[in-house]
Amino acid sequence: MLSRMADSLFWLSRYVERAENLARTIEVAQRLVTLPSAYADTSNEWESAITAAAAKDAFFRVHKTATSETVIAFLLNSPDNPSSIEACIDIARANARSVRTTITTEMWETLNDAWNDLQDIDLDRMNEQEISRVLDNVKAVSLRFDGAAYRTMLRTDAYWFQRLGTFVERADNMARLLDVKYHLLLPDKEPIGGSLDYFQWAAILRSVNALTSFHWVYRANVRPWLVADFLILRSEQPRSLISCQRAINNYLDQIAENYGRQGPAQRQARQMLTALENAQMQEIFKVGLHEYLDQFINENNRLAADIRTQYLA
Amino acid sequence: MSAKSKQGRTQSQSQGNGQSQGQSQSLDNGQTKGQAKSQGHQMSQGQAQSQVQVQSLGKGYAQGQMQGQHSGAPSMFFDEMSGTDGNLRQGYEMLSRWMAEAPPEQFANRQREAEHFFRRVGITFNVYGEDEGAERLIPFDIVPRILMAHEWRKLERGLTQRVTALNRFIADVYGAQECLKAGIVPRDLVFQNPAFEPEMSRFEPPGGVYVHIAGVDIVRVGPDQFYVLEDNARTPSGVSYMLENREAMIRLFPDLFRAHRVAPVENYPDLLLKTLRDSAPKSASRDPTIVLLTPGPYNSAYYEHSFLADKMGVELVEGRDLLVRDAIVYMRTTRGLQRVDVIYRRVDDAFLDPLSFNPHSVLGVPGLLAAYKAGNVTLANAVGTGISDDKAIYSYMPEIVRFFCGEAPILDNVPTWRCRDPDSLKYVLSRLDELVVKAVDGSGGYGMLVGPHATLAEREAFALKLKAKPEGFIAQPTLALSTVPCFVENGIAPRHVDLRPYVLSSPKGVTCVPGGLTRVALKAGSLVVNSSQGGGTKDTWVVDTPAASMSTARGSSDVAQHAGETTGEGG
Repeated sequence: MLSRMADSLFWLSRYVERAENLARTIEVAQRLVTLPSAYADTSNEWESAITAAAAKDAFFRVHKTATSETVIAFLLNSPDNPSSIEACIDIARANARSVRTTITTEMWETLNDAWNDLQDIDLDRMNEQEISRVLDNVKAVSLRFDGAAYRTMLRTDAYWFQRLGTFVERADNMARLLDVKYHLLLPDKEPIGGSLDYFQWAAILRSVNALTSFHWVYRANVRPWLVADFLILRSEQPRSLISCQRAINNYLDQIAENYGRQGPAQRQARQMLTALENAQMQEIFKVGLHEYLDQFINENNRLAADIRTQYLA
Repeated sequence: MSAKSKQGRTQSQSQGNGQSQGQSQSLDNGQTKGQAKSQGHQMSQGQAQSQVQVQSLGKGYAQGQMQGQHSGAPSMFFDEMSGTDGNLRQGYEMLSRWMAEAPPEQFANRQREAEHFFRRVGITFNVYGEDEGAERLIPFDIVPRILMAHEWRKLERGLTQRVTALNRFIADVYGAQECLKAGIVPRDLVFQNPAFEPEMSRFEPPGGVYVHIAGVDIVRVGPDQFYVLEDNARTPSGVSYMLENREAMIRLFPDLFRAHRVAPVENYPDLLLKTLRDSAPKSASRDPTIVLLTPGPYNSAYYEHSFLADKMGVELVEGRDLLVRDAIVYMRTTRGLQRVDVIYRRVDDAFLDPLSFNPHSVLGVPGLLAAYKAGNVTLANAVGTGISDDKAIYSYMPEIVRFFCGEAPILDNVPTWRCRDPDSLKYVLSRLDELVVKAVDGSGGYGMLVGPHATLAEREAFALKLKAKPEGFIAQPTLALSTVPCFVENGIAPRHVDLRPYVLSSPKGVTCVPGGLTRVALKAGSLVVNSSQGGGTKDTWVVDTPAASMSTARGSSDVAQHAGETTGEGG
């Protein structure tokens, strides 16, 4: 297939995934700010939401303080934010439009509907309940889109590139979310992995829809290293870094098999997966979780770059 | 939070494929000339006096007078169902009866179903100058236009002859120039023409074909009188509407189809593919790689580009998907570079190759013209075919057909005065109030004067322009375009139409699916069929005499009498 088409499919999925993660980021902050201050993080939850969305610079260029109004507006549909939820859906749709014949009608309609819905949003006229409904809808878009792709697309390279985008983005978002929260939770000079705050960690799990499943897997109280273990190393958890890398390896292998050739992308993906398979939480904490996540994000970016050079450019 | 990981994010975002940026680029340059032309095509002749006629015919339709009685006074305009005298014409028997019997709400229902169908399929065109992403449906009229098979056969012969002559003429202009030596066409008209492409001189494209696809605009003014209005030898559009209109009609009116035996058009993409394959350069393998080159998703005809690519099973590429190395064209695929042999390009000459033409074009491929001239790739249509779309050159078509085909033209030109001839200029100036004056390189109605509609001041101002640069203009009489029945707000009423058949040429011959795209001016009395000005489309049926199937379908005898002499040929 044309490289440009594969590129559009890859980024189409990335932006759909990104939109969902932004919606979840807002929801976590909304929940955390309702806690009494004694339970809460000392820092501003809205500011960490902006940090998790990697939009800090852009945000403070136009706003002085991070409040619920400014951050929600910024992340949802501010024209000042080139990676707002609305912008993500807009770019996803533009990509979808250029590969209309490659994706299925169901996938297109999901995106087109979402795009139309977002056009009508006027935050100034909405109460919190209505905003929550919008965020729910955004999450539903990626569910429907994923489901439509899974159920309706031919299993050819088009499908594999589309899936690759989903998991590369998901891995990136997961690592960022952990990194932001981990950092904010660590009191100065406290030994790494030494402190926990149930509500903060529970909020992380909730943000990836994993609070209930955590208990099913561990049958234990929520503790930071278990949360990290769950979201990094456990393959039962479908958003964990290792699950993302498994999926990426799987799809890259299918492409390589189909094309009868493999390259740097497959090698990089295998390296990342092997490292995750051999990793242990204790070791990760010893190195420093932040350093570990930081390195993961960079490796993941390298993988995306390898995929691009090998197939998409 | 480290600067490092934040930078990581920035990186990952900057890897975005810049979809929106790429598109705004193609938006700026997307309106290539050929497309602007085909969308902006106007026929504003003869709008006068049409109101009265529309009313009386509309009444005639509504009261079912098409069963054969006179509808009253003879009409100015030829109606394809009722002629000029109100007598039902051959081919329309079944349809007129159906329209008379069907309850009015059925029309409205089917019309709604049709619109639903088009919206679902997503057959839209983009509107320039509106919000990006603005997509519209072209109005579709559910009443089919009917041409008899013998009428079509004559048109087809005429089209084949005309397009054959066009191809020979363009080859000659860029080659031996025999027609210039013989004085058929004046030299200065060719060599000083901005549409003349010096790059093409003494170069023969693969297979010697220039106009692989022509969208010839034909208007009808009487039972046997068809005129070619334009040849559209560059990048004619609209064929997807012809195909989708037929699909919609088959779904909506299976009963009418059973009774009519309509000649199919659905094999057009297959014929187009064959035409392109047969036009591949010698260097290509027996299974040449064919692509369709589009300006991008924001081009007004993008739907059509993706539709045709999909139906032919070829890649829909943009300029950035192609590259030229050592005068060979490749496309970038996920498996690496793949050689391209034939490009069905829907990008205009000026934007094809920034190295040879418009240096600012981002729609084209640097080096494409060099690859073309090395004989390594076929462009369909060839570069430089715009010369035959020039309106002054058009006026020589009858002589061109005689010269290159050695026979009289089967299809007529609209009589045309070339203002470059002093006598013609004098005549045109004296009749400005009756004539339509057009710029030779104009399209979309720009630089045009419609005499009967212009004010005295407008005509005087135009006369000055005309005198200042007579060679820039031609003049034609105001044409009385034929009407056909259409479903409008108040029921069935006549509306003016034109016809655009699509003619395909390859080294193996000329071919054409029966019918074409009928464009209709939906506003009462209007002659503007242009989609951006309220024009719509309708399905065009080429039918054999339907009498036999009619009588078996309905057991009717009175209608068979009208079909009289040809009864029995219907099978």
